[in-house]
Amino acid sequence: MSVQAVVLWTDALIFLLLAAGAGLVWTIRRKEHLRAPWAAVAQRPMAMAAALVLAVFVAIGLLDSLHYRERLPDSPADAPQYAVEVLSVFDALMGDLRTQKEKTYSAPLAMQLYAKEFVEHDGVTVRDYPRLVHGGAHLADAAARQPDIARRVAVGLAQGLAASLVAFAVLAVWRARRAGVAASAWLADWRAGRLGWPARTLAGMATLLAVLGAVLVQLADAYHVFGTDKVGQDVLYIGLKSIRTGLVIGTLTTLVTLPLAIGLGIAAGYFRGWVDDVIQYVYTVLNSIPGVLLIAAAVLIVQVYIESNPERFDTAAARADIRLLALCVIMGVTSWTGLARLLRGETLKLRTLDYVEAARAFGVTHTRILGRHIFPNVFHLVLIAIVLDFSGLVLAEAVLSYVGVGVDPTMYSWGNMINGARLELAREPVVWWQLGAAFAFMFTLVLAANLFADGVRDAFDPRMERRR
Amino acid sequence: MLSYVLRRLLYAFPILIGVNLLTFALFFVVNTPDDMARLQLGAKHVTAEAIERWKAEHGYDKPLLLNETETGVQTLTNTIFFQHSAAMFAFRFGKGDDGRDIGNEIRTRMGPSLAIALPVFVIGLLVNITFALLMVFFRSTYLDLGGVVLCVMLMSISGLFYIIAGQYFVAKLWNLLPISGFADGADALPFVLLPVLVSVVAGIGSGARWYRTIFLEEIGKDYVRTARAKGLSEVRVLFRHVLKNGMIPILTGAVVVLPLLFMGSLITESFFGIPGLGSYTIDAIQAQDFAVVRAMVFLGSFLYIVGLILTDISYSWVDPRVRLR
Repeated sequence: MSVQAVVLWTDALIFLLLAAGAGLVWTIRRKEHLRAPWAAVAQRPMAMAAALVLAVFVAIGLLDSLHYRERLPDSPADAPQYAVEVLSVFDALMGDLRTQKEKTYSAPLAMQLYAKEFVEHDGVTVRDYPRLVHGGAHLADAAARQPDIARRVAVGLAQGLAASLVAFAVLAVWRARRAGVAASAWLADWRAGRLGWPARTLAGMATLLAVLGAVLVQLADAYHVFGTDKVGQDVLYIGLKSIRTGLVIGTLTTLVTLPLAIGLGIAAGYFRGWVDDVIQYVYTVLNSIPGVLLIAAAVLIVQVYIESNPERFDTAAARADIRLLALCVIMGVTSWTGLARLLRGETLKLRTLDYVEAARAFGVTHTRILGRHIFPNVFHLVLIAIVLDFSGLVLAEAVLSYVGVGVDPTMYSWGNMINGARLELAREPVVWWQLGAAFAFMFTLVLAANLFADGVRDAFDPRMERRR
Repeated sequence: MLSYVLRRLLYAFPILIGVNLLTFALFFVVNTPDDMARLQLGAKHVTAEAIERWKAEHGYDKPLLLNETETGVQTLTNTIFFQHSAAMFAFRFGKGDDGRDIGNEIRTRMGPSLAIALPVFVIGLLVNITFALLMVFFRSTYLDLGGVVLCVMLMSISGLFYIIAGQYFVAKLWNLLPISGFADGADALPFVLLPVLVSVVAGIGSGARWYRTIFLEEIGKDYVRTARAKGLSEVRVLFRHVLKNGMIPILTGAVVVLPLLFMGSLITESFFGIPGLGSYTIDAIQAQDFAVVRAMVFLGSFLYIVGLILTDISYSWVDPRVRLR
């Protein structure tokens, strides 16, 4: 079956960001003084374990950013037509999880629907909870459910452990060969924590993730692990799809912030005079407007624009995507002021230092001084700001979606999940799984981001050195 | 001092004009009054007369920035921008789309907002400082490490979770307090307790962690060593010296938000059904009531600038070395 690749705006920017990140890593690897603080980050067990979790999230997000449209089966070969629904590689990997829908709510791992319906029992119509179409459909009766779940968990555990054991063995042999020692000697070093990197924590974390993944795969094969939502969509699937939205907001917003903050912050500090006055004026104005209100106002306007120009977006996904991008731009434009202020202060200090004065005396151009002497010396501040802001942005998305100025309501996001499920707590019995899943996903991502950010900050900020 | 405050208030003018220009650009240039009228009147096929009437009613029947039919100063003043901004500076906010006077609404809704925001501010400050001091007292022990980990976990939880969990457990399951709503006078107490509790708990993570770093920075300074050297107990050092000096950055950081307490909290108020300014703003955003949103933006910026001036004054108050001229 042929497909048509779809590159949404955010996809393009994400991969641009990925390329920029790869370029940065390449530069850092070649320079000793840039490598040193990262080596310090790599020493921290907590930061590295968090990085591993983040990597899993990022991998899912990236897979979910490769979009395509399937060709309609009965369209002619010379003039192919494509489905309106935009799918991603991640959807393809998820298989049936996307399409296996129930009628309405069902509890996690349930085999019966949440609501009673008229069902036929041995020729008699009674009001009862009907069986789910997909969840536990392979079971003969309810008594078989618990043993089946237990069996699947056990199989998942075994699979996960086996996979990580094999991976660990390969790693051990490979590292031992590279170090030129016997594998047993490497293992002894690993156990004693003498490898120079937090290998024990990482191995433990990787095993945990592998086991978790395997158990989830085993269970999701026959059940709705986190239940289903109001329209019967699998909550696990929605939660996983929301990862991309969270990551896009956390990263692309920074992409908008950086040029503004770096350019204006450094310019204000370096040139001083009227440039400083103008830039300070601009950021005081922006700062003095309450953030949520500015974002709300701007989002309302984008919404009106999208509604009045429907012809510019060919699919619903493209429309939702433009709104997501607009949200990132708006949040970026409103949040660069803090970093700009910080960079201005630092540049004010740097410009009076001897080596900058010397460079000026030699007649080095401003652009060169800024690029060679100022920017590299404030870069650690930029980096710390990026990692610290990320978690705040992910959390902000949920709040903004609740206010109604977040991402498009049709988009998968944790904010939308929370928003949709909030009122269902009043039901009896309580529909808690949608909220629970959204908060659990968010908590995992934000906690990992916070822990990683702490590690980065401690390594890069010289003042933090003695704090621990 | 007085001349300093007056000068700062004068500086506030260009900033507020900038704020007005920005919100004006956001609301009118991208989104013309005609669009707004069509949006408000709802129906797809509104007549041109209906739009004109709506514009005249809301004072949008003038050119945006320059009125070329007028002469002299009038080219600038007889425009939507000037008329609306000038009214703002006189704190006349006009009417919302529901026909109610915005200034009146702000005055009546300020009380409930403060009833939540003020206790949250005071209790939150006390709780966070206590927690931070405890961590500093047990620094570089497992208690401190546990405290920091707890803080990171607390701040990784979405603020919405605290509210939803609080409402579900305290109000619905255990029936201790009402889920939402408000009452006048002393009857308001049960309605206020839960939002305050939830907001304080939600703020502990980031607050206590931040104050901890401030105290730790203080504790490495020379005067602390001197105090220890003359034989003061650790508790005395912590409470008499470190706390006092650490309060300077904490207080000045807190003073900025003091005026903004009037604005209330958007999310808390709308979840708990508090008829304050925060829920007013949220309702306005959801109803796309531009007049109310613009008034709130202006009020918020004004209070922020007042907060900045108060911060400078509080600096000179707690630290005699700082002189304002």
